[in-house]
Amino acid sequence: MTSATPPTGRGPLARREARLAWGLLLPTILSVSLVVILPLLSIFWISFKPIGLADLRPPAPVVRESLRGRPEAAGDEGEVQYRLRNSSQDKPILGVTLSDTLPEGLTVTGDIDPRCTLDDRALFCDFGDLEGGQRETIEIPVIAEAAYFDSGADVERTVPEITGRADNILTNSEFTLDNFARIFRGDEFFTVLWATIFYTVFGTVGALLVGLFAAMLLNKEFKGQGILRGLYLFPYVAPVIAVAFTWVTLFDPFSGSANALLVQMGVVNSPINFFGQRPLALIMVTVFEIWRYFPLSFLFILARMQSIDHDMYEAADMDGASPFQQFWYLSMPQLLGILSVLFLLRFIWTFNKFDDIFLLTGGNAGTRTLTVNVYEQAFAVSNIGAGAAVAVVIFCVLLVFSIFFLKYVSREEGL
Amino acid sequence: MSALRHGWLTGLVIGVLWLFVLAVAVAVAVAFGAGAAIRPAIPFIVVLGAVTGLACVALRLAPPVLWAGVTVVFAALGAAELAPIVGTDATTPVLLAVTNGVLGLAFGWSMTRILGTMSTGALTRHVFEAAVIRFLTGTGYIVFTAIVAIPFYVMVMTSLKNQQQLVQNPLDFSLDLSKGWGLFSSYVELFGQFNFGSYLWTSFYVSCLTVAITLLFSVPGAYAVARLRFAGRTAFSRSILLIYMVPMIVLALPIYIVFSMTGLRNTIFGIVIIYPVTTIPVALYMLQGYFRGLPAEVEEAGLMDGLTRLKVIWKITLPLSLPALASVSLYVFMIAWNEFLLAFMLLDDPSKFTLTRGVAMLNSSEIPRQHLMAGAVIATVPIMVLFLGLEKFMTKGLTAGSVKG
Repeated sequence: MTSATPPTGRGPLARREARLAWGLLLPTILSVSLVVILPLLSIFWISFKPIGLADLRPPAPVVRESLRGRPEAAGDEGEVQYRLRNSSQDKPILGVTLSDTLPEGLTVTGDIDPRCTLDDRALFCDFGDLEGGQRETIEIPVIAEAAYFDSGADVERTVPEITGRADNILTNSEFTLDNFARIFRGDEFFTVLWATIFYTVFGTVGALLVGLFAAMLLNKEFKGQGILRGLYLFPYVAPVIAVAFTWVTLFDPFSGSANALLVQMGVVNSPINFFGQRPLALIMVTVFEIWRYFPLSFLFILARMQSIDHDMYEAADMDGASPFQQFWYLSMPQLLGILSVLFLLRFIWTFNKFDDIFLLTGGNAGTRTLTVNVYEQAFAVSNIGAGAAVAVVIFCVLLVFSIFFLKYVSREEGL
Repeated sequence: MSALRHGWLTGLVIGVLWLFVLAVAVAVAVAFGAGAAIRPAIPFIVVLGAVTGLACVALRLAPPVLWAGVTVVFAALGAAELAPIVGTDATTPVLLAVTNGVLGLAFGWSMTRILGTMSTGALTRHVFEAAVIRFLTGTGYIVFTAIVAIPFYVMVMTSLKNQQQLVQNPLDFSLDLSKGWGLFSSYVELFGQFNFGSYLWTSFYVSCLTVAITLLFSVPGAYAVARLRFAGRTAFSRSILLIYMVPMIVLALPIYIVFSMTGLRNTIFGIVIIYPVTTIPVALYMLQGYFRGLPAEVEEAGLMDGLTRLKVIWKITLPLSLPALASVSLYVFMIAWNEFLLAFMLLDDPSKFTLTRGVAMLNSSEIPRQHLMAGAVIATVPIMVLFLGLEKFMTKGLTAGSVKG
C-alpha cells in the first residue's frame, strides 16, 4: 500500500475547469483576434508597401460581347464581337484567357482570329499578357440561322468567362521604406507631433482639473443636485457629431453666436475665426476635448469623494483646519489614486482621439494630430501605405504607454 | 496674507468679482434669450460691487432691507444707463431697469449668503476661506451650467430658425411662436426629403443588434475570467485592457481595405459585425468586475445541487447581475448609437446610412445650418431620453466603462 500524499500537478477537475474557461472565451478570442490582432499585423505589412487608395481595386480584364450587323432573319450575316480591356491604366495582367459558348444557330463562316480556337460551339481565346490600358477586339463572322431566332436571339445569354492574373500590390513581394521616409520628412512631422503632445497633455490635465472642480461643487446634498449632475454629463453622452457641429456653428466667424456675443460685449472688435487660425484652432480643439470629457473624470472623482469617511473632516474641523487645508491635506491624498489612474487612462484616450478634431477642423490650421494624420495620409492624399506608417508610429507610442499602464493601473484595478 | 483677511477688504473684493460674474451671466442670458443689445459695463460693476460689498459688512442691515435697497438702486441706475448692464444702442430704459433690478435682487440676496455674518475687522482663516469657497461655488455653478447648457440651447434653437433670421441676428434665439408648426420646418424637411426616418431606424436596430451580440460574447467570457481558474488568466484580463487602448483609426484602415475587397463595405451587415467587436472588450471588462463581486458561495451551492457550470451561469449568475447587464447594455447602446468613424468610412450609400453618418452628410455648404442642427437634435434626443430615464444605470455604466472614451 502506498502512503497517502497530497496530489501534485493539475487534477482532472482543474483541467476540466480550464477547458470550460477556454471554451467560454473562444468566441471572444476568435472575433477579437480577427478584428484587432489581424488588422494590427496587416498594418505593419501595409506600412512597407507602396500602395495608394486606387490600388485597392486590383486590375482585372473586362469584356463586352455583342452581335454586330443586326441579323434580322434566318440567313443574315453578322459578327460576334468581343471587346476586351485592362481596367488598370498602368498595371499589366498576365495570362488573360476568354472562354464562351456561342449561341445555338450561329454558324461560323470565315476564319477566326489566330489566338482563338473553336471546338464545336465552345470558343477559347488566349491573349497572353495585357499591358496597362491595352484593348483587344475579336470578331467572328457568323450566319444566323432559324434556330438562333427560335432560342431568343440573345448572344449575351452565356456570359463569357475570363481569367487573368494581376499582380496584387498587397500580396506581392515589393517593399519600400518610402512611407516612413515620407511621414518623418521635414517640419511636417514635428508640427504633427507638437499638436499631438499639446492636445494630449492639456486636454488630459484640463479635463481632470475641471472634473475635479465640478465634483467638488456637487459633493454635497442640496435640492437639484441630481438634475445638475445629469446636466453636467450631457457633453459626454451626446453624440460627438452633434456637439462638434454645434460648436462649429456656435463659433462660426460669420454667423456664429459666440462671435456676435463677444463683439456686442465689447471684448473684441471684429469676429474671430476660432477654428481656422493658428494657434487658436489647436487651443479650441483642446478646449472642446476638456468640455466633452470633464464629465467622465467628474463622475469618477465624485464617486471617490462620496466614499471618503466624513468623520475625518469633523475631526479636522475640531482641530481648527481651514476648508482649504482640509481639501489639501485630507481630500487630495485620498483622491490621488483615482486621479493618477484617470490621468493615465485619459492620457491614452486623448492621444487616440480622432473624431473630435476631424469634425471640428478636419486637421487644418495646425490641429493635425497623429491620429488625424492617419486619415489625412490614407484618404485625403490617397496614400494608404503612408497612413499605415503613421498608424505604426502610433502603435509603437502606445506600446510604451501600455508598459506604464500595466505597471500602475493594473495594480489599482486589482488585476 | 493675514493682512488681507479683513472684513472690509474681503467684502469689497468678493463684491466686485461676484457682481462681475452675475452681470456677465445675466447679460449673456438676456442676450441669448431675447436678442437684446446689452453688455456689462466694467466701471459700474467695480463701483457698485465695491459699494455693495462694503455695505454688507459695514452697515449690518437686515437682509431684506439690503435686498430691497440694492434692487431699487440697480433698477433706478439701470434706467439712467449708469448700472452694471448697459445698452449698446437704442435699448429701452424699461428693459435695462428690469434687467438691472433682477440683477440687483440676485446680487443682494447672494451677497448676504456669501459673506454671512462677516464684520469689517480681522477675520479668522476659517471665516475667510468659507466665504471664498462660497464665492467659488456660486461661480462654479453658473460657469458650469452655462458652458454645458449654451451649446445645447444653441443647437435646439438654431434648428427652429430659418436662414434669414440666423444671418440677421445670430444672437436672437427668441422664437416666433405665431408660426406654430412652421417652426419645425427643418425637421419636416429632414424626415421628408432627407430620409431621416430610415436613418433613425437603421441606427436603432444596428445599436440593438450590437448590444445583443456583445452580451452574447462577453457574458461567457467575463464569467470565465472572473470565476474559473486557468493558466493565462491574468495575462488574458490584462490583454483585454490593452486591446481597448488600440485606437479605432488604426484598425479602421485595414478594416476598410478588407471590407472594400470583400464587398462588405456599404452594407449594414458589415457594420453589424464590426460594431460588437469594438464593444466586446469594454463589456467583458465591466462584467468581469461585477461577477467578481458576486458571492461565489451561491454558485457553489448550485454546483453542489447538481447544476452544470453553464446552468449555474444561466440560473444564478445572470439573474443576480441584471443591474450590471442593464448598465452594460445601455453603455454599449450609447457607444453604438454615437459611433461615427466606422460609419463614416464604411458607408457611402445614402439608403444605408446610420444617423450619425446622415448628420455628417448634412455638413455641406449647400445645406442650411438649421438643417444640420435639426439633424444633431434628432441624433441627440433619443440617447438623452434614454440617459435621463435610466440615469442610475447609465451613470454606473459610465463609471465601470471608464477606460473607454
